[in-house]
Amino acid sequence: MAIWLNADSKILVQGMTGSEGTKHTRRMVASGAKVVAGVTPGKAGQDLDGIPIFNNVQDAMAATGANVSVVFVPPKFCKGAVVEAVDAKMPLVVVITEGVPVHDTAAFFQYAQNAGTTRIIGPNCPGIITPGVSNAGIIPADIAKSGRIGLVSKSGTLTYQMMYELRDIGFSTCVGIGGDPIIGTTHIDALQAFQDDPDTDAIVMIGEIGGDAEERAAAYIGKHITKPVVGYVAGFTAPEGKTMGHAGAIVSGSAGTAAAKQEALEAAGVKVGKTPSATALLMREIMTKG
Amino acid sequence: MDLYEYQAKQLFETHNVPTTPGAVASTPDEAQEIARKIGTQVVVKAQVKTGGRGKAGGVKLAENPEDAKEKATAILGMDIKGHTVHRVLVAQASDIAEEYYVSFLLDRTNRAFLAMASVEGGVEIEEVAANNPDALAMIRVDALEGVDEKKAREIAEAAKFDPKIIDQVIAILVKLWDTFVKEDATLVEVNPLVLSPAGQVLALDGKVTLDDSAAYRQPSHEAMIDREGTDPIELRAKEFDLNYVKLQGEVGIIGNGAGLVMSTLDVVAYAGEEFGGVRPANFLDIGGGASAEVMANGLDIILNDPEVESVFVNVFGGITSCDAVANGILQALDMLQAKGATLTKPIVARIDGNNAIEGRAILTNANHPLIEMVETMDDAARRAAQLAAARKAGK
Repeated sequence: MAIWLNADSKILVQGMTGSEGTKHTRRMVASGAKVVAGVTPGKAGQDLDGIPIFNNVQDAMAATGANVSVVFVPPKFCKGAVVEAVDAKMPLVVVITEGVPVHDTAAFFQYAQNAGTTRIIGPNCPGIITPGVSNAGIIPADIAKSGRIGLVSKSGTLTYQMMYELRDIGFSTCVGIGGDPIIGTTHIDALQAFQDDPDTDAIVMIGEIGGDAEERAAAYIGKHITKPVVGYVAGFTAPEGKTMGHAGAIVSGSAGTAAAKQEALEAAGVKVGKTPSATALLMREIMTKG
Repeated sequence: MDLYEYQAKQLFETHNVPTTPGAVASTPDEAQEIARKIGTQVVVKAQVKTGGRGKAGGVKLAENPEDAKEKATAILGMDIKGHTVHRVLVAQASDIAEEYYVSFLLDRTNRAFLAMASVEGGVEIEEVAANNPDALAMIRVDALEGVDEKKAREIAEAAKFDPKIIDQVIAILVKLWDTFVKEDATLVEVNPLVLSPAGQVLALDGKVTLDDSAAYRQPSHEAMIDREGTDPIELRAKEFDLNYVKLQGEVGIIGNGAGLVMSTLDVVAYAGEEFGGVRPANFLDIGGGASAEVMANGLDIILNDPEVESVFVNVFGGITSCDAVANGILQALDMLQAKGATLTKPIVARIDGNNAIEGRAILTNANHPLIEMVETMDDAARRAAQLAAARKAGK
């Protein structure tokens, strides 16, 4: 089962012939994901290692039945690529591209909302993996085995770190939602999906400074999540007004601090680890208690 | 990127938002010349990216050009909450009948944009929001629909602007939205928007934040980068295209991925509590690739920070394999030594993930006198903090 990505997922790569697109297409294929098509305008009829390339998303979907798109196109083409996928009614679009102007993200997110047929994950995210089953994005497939923990995170490398710490217990699905100010899929979306997923027993949620997504997730957990949730928040030492790498990771005024997020999560009954390792240990205790 | 008031004013002028005549000066003589051209009473305003400059004596009225020169002399070089004043804005002083507030900003929570407007401007808008929330209109702006005259009217009416001036306000809102979109801003704020005794509505002071991700399509924004107000190490890092933020501390940090680096700062700060309050010296994310060259540039930046006493390299090999990272660290040190650098600061490396065993073997076999390998992130942070504290104590 898992969430959003399963054995029936047929992946299309937008920007497959670019260097990142090619590299990660091969990695996805090597990990066992079903990559069925690529899209690069003007390159229809060509292929990458036998995967057919199409001029546009609509043609690729019609010919291959692709139902997940992974977007690797450069920032200036990103909005156009997502809009094209939405127009083709692609159910899931995973936007890996980093450095997308926020006006573009706001526009393609609203476009997808209006259409109501597409879930967007990202932008600026590592993607989504259901270990041993499918992999849409750049999360290394061999970090952790399949298991029953669900993971949702704003940060790519902290996703990898957490998967590594709990690799022996394993994950149902890991979703990197990205650290940009506007993202298509939120912590709450993932929490809700994990709550409904019979293959997930407990959830790790990784947040970071900036915005109020963690606080809202905490309120949601308090009301709707009955599965155990363990949390981690990065950025306690970040000063006000300085962007910490992710475009969305900035503390402005009293809003968005790590301390406020931790407090909100704990108030909702979430156990929050002080470090990634301590967080993994909290989850290990839950999963090994039986 | 946050802009200075004078830069915001320039953008308003570009997009035909009505403002008072004025220009920026970096010397008293320039201030005098601008005042002479304006020909009326002027206001001389310190250009700093912080609030409360009026209270600090950074805003002064001047009667004539000579007086403007005198006031500029007093304000230039002033320290306001740790910000040195390098420039003053000299603008026509205007009598004010009323003060209002308008802004457009990114609304992260609703993943859209937001218009805010109030007829109670001139004070911090947070105060209005807290003390008199009914006086602040907040209207969602759809990213695809934007703000046309109809939407602007909705905003102005919600804020209860006087019908006598509402058409002026509507026109300003439309132009301000134009500024917001065409400049790829995440905030444009006018506070105060004023009504002159003659009945004209003008933007008197403004705040603009630009989206750094849009720099590739906004070539004019590069000239707005604040070089004097940026830490020199940060400027150098920017030349290397490194994602670096200077902090106050003794443990230099290099890692891959923004979240992991933020987390590393926290773990070092916790560990540092045990060693007399040693803190992380910087944020530096070398990204997923982590090639030898990027590692060398990163180490170069950090080892040249005089505050740094030890370095913590924290890499999780996801896409990059750890053997490549280990070789990168060694090559980076060779490159720096070849350039004539004398290396004395200890480096604690924690590499984990893809090919970790091979990576660790490379560092073990190299037996480099400055590199110490520690297996876990928490232990490595502790060791780096300990080394920094010891070197600091030895000074």
